[in-house]
Amino acid sequence: MRSIEDLVGELPTFAGLSPAQRELIAGCGSNRVFEAGEHLAREGDAADAFFVIRHGRVALELAASAKGALMISTLGEGAVVGWSWLFPPHRWSFDARALEQVRAVAFDGACLRGKCDADHELGYVLMRRFAAVMLERLQATRLQLLDVYGGPDGE
Amino acid sequence: MAAPTASETTPSAGRGPMAPRPFRVLSRRQETEDTWTLALEPADGGPGPGFGPGQFNPGQFNPGQFNMIYAFGVGEVPISISGDPGGEGPLEHTVRAVGPVSAAICRAEPGAQLGVRGPFGSSWPLAGAAGRHVVIVAGGIGLAPLRPALLGALAGRDELAGLVLLCGGRSPSQLLYREELEAWREDSRLDLGVTVDSAEVGWDGDVGVVTTLIGAAPFDPANAVAFIVGPEVMMRFTVDALLDRGMDPADVHISIERNMKCAVTQCGRCQFGPTFACREGAVMSYAAIEPFFRTREV
Repeated sequence: MRSIEDLVGELPTFAGLSPAQRELIAGCGSNRVFEAGEHLAREGDAADAFFVIRHGRVALELAASAKGALMISTLGEGAVVGWSWLFPPHRWSFDARALEQVRAVAFDGACLRGKCDADHELGYVLMRRFAAVMLERLQATRLQLLDVYGGPDGE
Repeated sequence: MAAPTASETTPSAGRGPMAPRPFRVLSRRQETEDTWTLALEPADGGPGPGFGPGQFNPGQFNPGQFNMIYAFGVGEVPISISGDPGGEGPLEHTVRAVGPVSAAICRAEPGAQLGVRGPFGSSWPLAGAAGRHVVIVAGGIGLAPLRPALLGALAGRDELAGLVLLCGGRSPSQLLYREELEAWREDSRLDLGVTVDSAEVGWDGDVGVVTTLIGAAPFDPANAVAFIVGPEVMMRFTVDALLDRGMDPADVHISIERNMKCAVTQCGRCQFGPTFACREGAVMSYAAIEPFFRTREV
């Protein structure tokens, strides 16, 4: 059976980190399995963790009273779920629901924040990784908001 | 892989390239709230498939080519052929009602007549794809001009290393060919990814922009050829994602849409840099158009 440190070494989010940094991060991680329909997180709950998906798909959803729940995005293998653990008030902004059986590594947010405070180099490296994830999601969201398929270019 | 050449342009001769030939609407199928697929056959009793050179032949077009469709008394617009290039069936066009002409075409009931000129333009380089992965990326109604390429690739699947179809849409109800999409999902010859910009809970596909599917799509970027159609902003980001994945610009092909009146390089409306969308296009290699693809005034 592979250790959390082995798994951390395989996750794209942590590619290129030093063995010592991977060991520090792995110390805050644990294996989790979610069955289809089970929630990884719920909007408004304390964001005390984030997840990296190893297998399966996760939907980010937002309850909208008039329309029921809306799917904001789906995430697959290798994707990071959650960055609210990084910033106060550490609350989830969306629901995260397993669309099928999901195997993920869960990372304790408080544990990792403590290690980043103690080791700023680790904190800088991790912050860069999460900034890249956030940039990618922001750009994708902008394209979604453009509604490029909705507006005809004319004849 | 060589880019399609102008010699592929084969306007309907005999009657001259500007004279439409009457076609009868055989059937009309609604795809989405504003999009219909029309099946057409010659209405003039003239030659069908297999007749002499220069005659319009709906059974002989290359995937990616387009026709000029004329709603009599309203106007004429370029519409890509969306049918099976290897099929014996009628000519098929999938049309979105975005203006008076396309709306009139979409309203054409079975038995009504439309004018057809064509086929015109270049085509997807399927012939050079043997032994390679074919990656088809469609956004919205862009799946219509790619459907002949997909059907052609499926027919010749044994010669390909792989076949990937990635579809993006506005919402599940806005996806074209939904019954076929379900069939393609079960087809082991094809790796299919479908994503929409927004969906309600219950949608079993993905939600997000189509470029998010490219990173995990199963193809070898060093041995792949890609065909892209969609809104230009979607095509720009798709090209970037494919190049980031390691594809060569010469292996990435896109279909350029420009306003067009004649389809035979006379009106000049479809000029695209030093090219004409009706002659060098609509299908063009990204390597060929890269110098001006992102120029806003072009």
